[in-house]
This record gives sequence, structure tokens and C-alpha cells, in this order.
Amino acid sequence: MITSITQRRHRARQLLAALAVLLPVAVLTGLASGAVSLGPLQALQALLTGDGGGQAAMIVQQIRLPRVLLAAVMGATLAMSGAAMQGLFRNPLADPSLIGVTAGASLGASLLIVLGGGVLQGFVGLTLVSLGAFVGGVLAVLLVYRLASSENGTSVATMLLAGIAITALAGAVGSLLEFFTDNERLRQISLWKMGGLDGANLPRLALASVVGGSVLLALPRYALALNTLLLGESEARHLGIDVNHTKLALIGWVAVGVGTSVALVGTIAFVGLVVPHVVRLWIGPDHRYLLAASALAGATLLVVADTLSRVVLAPTELPVGIITALIGVPFFISLLRQRHHYGMQT
Amino acid sequence: MTVLALDGVSAAPWDEPLLVDIRLQVSAGEVVALIGPNGAGKSSLLRLIAGDFSASAGTLAFGGQPLADWPRRELAQHLAFLPQLSLLNFPYTVEEVVLLGRTPHATGARADREIAHHALVATDTLGLRNRLYTQLSGGERQRVQLARVFAQIWDSGDMAGKLLLLDEPTAALDLAHQQQLAGAIAGIAERGCAVLLVVHDVNLAAAVGNRLLVLDRGRQVASGTPAEVLTAALFRDLFHAEVLVQQHPNGRQPLVIGL
Repeated sequence: MITSITQRRHRARQLLAALAVLLPVAVLTGLASGAVSLGPLQALQALLTGDGGGQAAMIVQQIRLPRVLLAAVMGATLAMSGAAMQGLFRNPLADPSLIGVTAGASLGASLLIVLGGGVLQGFVGLTLVSLGAFVGGVLAVLLVYRLASSENGTSVATMLLAGIAITALAGAVGSLLEFFTDNERLRQISLWKMGGLDGANLPRLALASVVGGSVLLALPRYALALNTLLLGESEARHLGIDVNHTKLALIGWVAVGVGTSVALVGTIAFVGLVVPHVVRLWIGPDHRYLLAASALAGATLLVVADTLSRVVLAPTELPVGIITALIGVPFFISLLRQRHHYGMQT
Repeated sequence: MTVLALDGVSAAPWDEPLLVDIRLQVSAGEVVALIGPNGAGKSSLLRLIAGDFSASAGTLAFGGQPLADWPRRELAQHLAFLPQLSLLNFPYTVEEVVLLGRTPHATGARADREIAHHALVATDTLGLRNRLYTQLSGGERQRVQLARVFAQIWDSGDMAGKLLLLDEPTAALDLAHQQQLAGAIAGIAERGCAVLLVVHDVNLAAAVGNRLLVLDRGRQVASGTPAEVLTAALFRDLFHAEVLVQQHPNGRQPLVIGL
């Protein structure tokens, strides 16, 4: 395959422009679709002026808008976090859920629900559960990273195996918690674990926007460092990069982003894995474009998946994780089978 | 002008002594070749200078300043290191890889691409520019990585004060590209860049090096011009190999003939 830098950058800018158009279209479609179907114009009118009939305005502004925006912010955060992890670990398979972040975050959140019990209500409770998810995610990924690192750098195979081990351990401890807790909290945990975007409201959206926004602003600052990290950690150091700081910062931001998303919307499979993969296939591994494009694509994908989850079996809603997994898994398998076509060797 | 000065340097990053009492001075424009048997500490010496681990005794100075005092980025503008193995398995284009060498500089995209062009020409990789790195052969990848470290310290004018560390840069290269690399090294040395490289082919070492440094089990056992260092006795003691050492027909260097 022959591609010049100029072509690649041109394609990257085209993709960014296309996604910048697609995302608002997806958001508008998401606002218009659902149990009560509205036209796009009606939805836009309801959104902007509060007109279009009192009911439409209420549905759009109070129910669908927080939900669609939450999907967009979390999709962007997950996809950009996935892109950063894959760069840091020099492995296109390093999805946050494969390296233990998601399982650690789940355990952290369960622990807080069990210990906090009925105290955890409203915004404060949500923040605390998110904090638990964050701490759990950070601890899990640090442990995995520690297990996989030696003087010679980070072994990717060991890292994936350690991720499996930590995921299993977190799952076992989580089950133990569920086993010993009372029925009410058990229900709380399992409802929370199912996650999904149906719980979207303004406090959740506010928390997601603050945290997700910070992650989305912070990660691109490491784009150049990530570009050099693909050469290897020593090579990045020889190119003047503060590798230890970069590693810690990236792991920290990803754990914040993924931990928060697990806390707010549950586990959403494959957005962090598949989106950066596909974007990289299209525009190459330059993180200056990859991070931003992954974020936009992830936002679009999750908004579309959420819309589908509300429409396919309406008025019943499917958990959005089912839709992303149904889209993601076949895609992922086909990528695995064709990886040599685009020069990826794993 | 002394670019690099090692005085009584020892290192034991994993508690075993890897390097013991190394004394070495490299001046601007000088090419020093490190030779020695496998496991002699040649790569470790390069990695020590590149800052992968620190010395347990002695002093390392680069450009007159202790190496550890250099700000990270400024050091990267003056010192480039080509390791033996490359881990890169993401589908960058060749030109993108070479441009990564410009990361520590703030010379602007246009100047960077011009410098990358020079580096690509110097390593005969211009024709590969738009290929994907992951689809190249071993020798081609090595030349691309060479172009990357060339680009990192490239200066179209005076290159005094810069140091290039190359760990077996010729290992995967065919004969023509070995000769071309020797020419490229001579070219940047002429403009003042100091080069410290590990080579296994002693004749190549004698051809590119102004000076040879011989290491054995972490110790420096000989140092001097190729003619001083390359003797039949050295090969018997060090490599346990019988060789003939003669004057090269070109009259400039010794020629070591194995079996």
C-alpha cells in the first residue's frame, strides 16, 4: 500500500470534517427518534425554541437531550481513551476493558454501593460511586501495568494475560460482595451494572461533561508523545519525551474517563477498541489526528447505537452495550482476519 | 573539541557489573567503533550514554556538562541513538517514521520535511518514502530507522557538538548499503558530528572508525587506531579465533582475514 503523508493528512482532515457533520446529524436523529417519533425539523424546533407543541418540547429537552448528549460525551471519551491506551501499549488490542480498567471500575463502584448503602443518593452519591469506579479502574490498570513491565519495557502478551487475571479477580470479589449483601443493594448493584443510557439526567450529564471534557482536552496534549511511544519507550525517551510522566498521565486520564463512564452508563463494549482501530485504518496512526477523529467517531457511534436501542424494539429499550457489541464484534473479527492488508502485525 | 568524555565509568543496572572503569573521549568529527565478543558490553555502553540506565561510578560528560544535567529535550536535539531492535508495528509511512526524529525540534513542518528528505537520501530510502513501515524488509526497516536518527540531529551546516550512537547499524544491510552507510557516516563526521558505533565486522570497523575501542566482559581492553588495535594476538586472546592481519591493498587500514 502506498500513501504519501500529504494524502494521509488530506484524508484525516476530510474524515474530521465528515464526522463534524455526521455527529450533529446523529444527535438530531437521536432527538427525533424514540417511542414518540418526531420529524427532524420538529425536533430542532423543539430544541431551539421550546415550541412544536408542549409535549414535544418536554420530550426533546428534558428526556432525550440529556440522554443523547450523555451518549455523545461518553462515546467520545471511551473512543479517545481506547486510542490512547492502544498507543501507550503499542498494541491495537489494548482496549480499556481488556486491561482490567472496566472490571476494576465495576468492583470499585460495587464496593461503594455496598458500603455506602442508602446514603448514596443524588448527585453526591453518584459522584462517590464514580470516584469508587475511578479508583478501582486506576488500581486495576496500575497492577496490570506493573505485572507486565520489566527493565526491557512492557510485554504486551503479559499485559493482556494480566488483564484477564485482574478482570477475573475483580469479578470474583464483586460476586463475593453480591453474595453477602442484602437484597436491596444487590438490586442496586445489578441495575447499575446493566448500566445503559436510560438513567440519563442533568446531574449525570453535568458530571460526564466535566470529567469527559477534561479527558478529551487532556489526552490530545500527549499526541506527539504517543506518536514517539509507538517506536518503543526507550526510543521515545531518546527523542526527549518524559516517558514516565506521560505513562502515568495517560493511565490516570484513561482511568478517570473509563471509570466515570462505567459509573454513569455501565460497561459499553467495543467502542474503545473498534473505533480507534477503524479510524487508524483510514488515516494512519498519527495521534494528532487519530485522537480527535476517534473521539468524534466514538460519539457518533454511541449516539447511533443508543438511538437504535430505543427504536428497534420500541417501546422496549435494549441496553446500548448489546448494540455496540453486535456492531463491534463482527467488525472486530473481520479486522483480525484482514490485519495484514493494512500492515498491522500483532 | 571533546564532545563526550567518560571517566572511570562503571555500571551495574541489575547488580551484576556490566561495565567497569570505562575511559573514553570522543571529539567532534571523530568516529569511534566499539568491537568485542558477544556480551562484552558494547550495547550496554551505548545505552548508558543514551541514558537508559545510570552509572554507578565515574563521570559522564557531554558537551562539557554532566550528562544527567542536560534538559531532556535539549539533549535529544544533540544526541541520537539507534538501538539494535525496533519494536514499531504500527503502519506509519516511512516518511512519518523519519519525521518522528524531528520531535524534539521546533523547526516547523516545512524545515522538518526538508531535513527528512536529506536523511532519506543519505540512507537510500527516498524511494520507500510512501511505503508502510510494517511492510518493509528487515534491511529496509533498519535503513529507515537510521534515517530517523539522522533526521534527529541533522543540521545542514556545522554539526559539531552532536553525537550519534549506532548499535549494529549494518547488521541487516546488504553490501552496497553497508558501503553507503559508511559513506553517510563519513559525511556527517566531516561536518563535525561525533559517531560512536558498534560493529561486528572488524574490517568495516577499521574502514569507518578513526579509532577502535575493544571491550571484553565489560572492561576496556584496547583502544587506538585500527592499525594499533587489530593484531593477530588480540583476536587469539579475545575472540579465540585465528586470523591473518595484513595491510589492506588500499594502504589505509589493516585487513583482517578469517577463514
